[in-house]
Amino acid sequence: MKLTSEERLKVIIVDDEEGMCLGAKRIVRDFVVEVNDLGIKVSFDVKYVTRGKEYLDLLEKEKFDITLIDYKLPDCSGLDILEKITKKGYDMIPIMITAYATFEAAVQATKLGAHDFIAKPFTPDELRSSLRKATVHLLLARHARKSEEEKRKLRFQFISILSHELKAPLAAIEGYLNILQKRYETISKEDYDMMLGRSLVRLEGMRKLIFDLLDVTRIESGDKKRNFEEINIEDMAKSSVEMANFEAAKRNIKIELNIKTPVKMHADKGEIEIILNNLITNAVKYNKENGRVDIVLEKNDNKIRIAVSDTGIGLEKEDISRLFEEFVRIKNEHTIGILGSGLGLSTIKKLAKLYGGEVTVQSVVGEGSTFTVELSS
Amino acid sequence: MNKKTTVLLVDDDADFLLQEKYELEAEGYEVVIAEGRKKAKEVLKGLKPDIAIVDLMMESPDAGFVLSYEIKKQYPDTPVIMVTAVTSKTGIEFSSITEDEKHWIKADTIFTKPVRTEQLLKEIKRLVK
Repeated sequence: MKLTSEERLKVIIVDDEEGMCLGAKRIVRDFVVEVNDLGIKVSFDVKYVTRGKEYLDLLEKEKFDITLIDYKLPDCSGLDILEKITKKGYDMIPIMITAYATFEAAVQATKLGAHDFIAKPFTPDELRSSLRKATVHLLLARHARKSEEEKRKLRFQFISILSHELKAPLAAIEGYLNILQKRYETISKEDYDMMLGRSLVRLEGMRKLIFDLLDVTRIESGDKKRNFEEINIEDMAKSSVEMANFEAAKRNIKIELNIKTPVKMHADKGEIEIILNNLITNAVKYNKENGRVDIVLEKNDNKIRIAVSDTGIGLEKEDISRLFEEFVRIKNEHTIGILGSGLGLSTIKKLAKLYGGEVTVQSVVGEGSTFTVELSS
Repeated sequence: MNKKTTVLLVDDDADFLLQEKYELEAEGYEVVIAEGRKKAKEVLKGLKPDIAIVDLMMESPDAGFVLSYEIKKQYPDTPVIMVTAVTSKTGIEFSSITEDEKHWIKADTIFTKPVRTEQLLKEIKRLVK
């Protein structure tokens, strides 16, 4: 990985031999560690103190990443300090330094939480090597914690938005049922029919959301057995078009399928179906009356391209960047009243990735959009 | 004969809009609906409502604030009730309004969705004298 960022770690040396401290400080100050796995270049700021108490007081005020502690300090034992700081659970790596390089001391220090152990007198290389190990360990552990935390946050966000998306249609249906129950005489039979119709539409939206959600969880969990077979995308596109034609005809939208080359691939049929259905129904949903949908299928050098263009409302530039995120639906005067789960495009993106491909969009506001999915066969 | 009280209802949720319209009409109010801030602005050109009920998040997350401000500017004595689901959407809470908040949120009352019709009716009666 290329080194893309730089980080400074704070090192503190706790040793009563000032000459040793100064020497070590000089070595550490000029040292650079490259953590290639994370692409981080690390350099160090160094401080030293000569007493254990001084060190513990300093820890209350200042954060350090790595501590080098002498085994024998004038006011206390290095092991006592080690025990104290381990108990406090600082996000910091302790390394023990000692003149008495005995096996027992090393075992005890390790038991008390020392990451490494260097014996005095040590060479600059020994110090650097220990520091390098500690740095890599520290950064990898921090990185792992961070990505775990991010995953948890994303999950939480997903669930809270999902609850909201399920609550909205429920509230709408409940509202209509409440009115129907009261049987107001001020409301005409046609209006009551309309309310029943709206309730059914919202139910349908909810059902679609739940189905899309099942698609998402199946893909994400990896539980679903993927069933690979030789499939003919032309045939699948034809049946997707047939399904979409029902809605399209209502608004006089024409769907054209343009097959440039035979498009066969080894894939899971269900997954390709999700991609095609989502792309085509979107192109109809966000289209204008009397509009067009053009689907182009082609295969070049084992790359399959599915491009679906519409003559619909188009997308603002700033909306495109978040379009493929879960539950994102673009809200504006043109999209009011169009139902959707906000999961379709994020699902397409995930599926395209599974096939080593991607999904892109080109759009002009008021003229239409083209969504292109590329897959490796 | 007394003129009916005119209520302007603004929301991007078409279902909520219709439901409240029916409920309020059944109570004898004249109800004008607008799906979003832009439509409401059109309506306001030719109508001074006795009270307006405005959703917060419509075309933009703060469309309701803006509209409320615009209504107050055009018709300073028209009370505005703001209705919002913002708490569950963003975690921001506007539970009770202090005098300070009332100053910058140009609404007389803020309700959090789901709002019961009885709640709205009571507040309309209180605000429209």
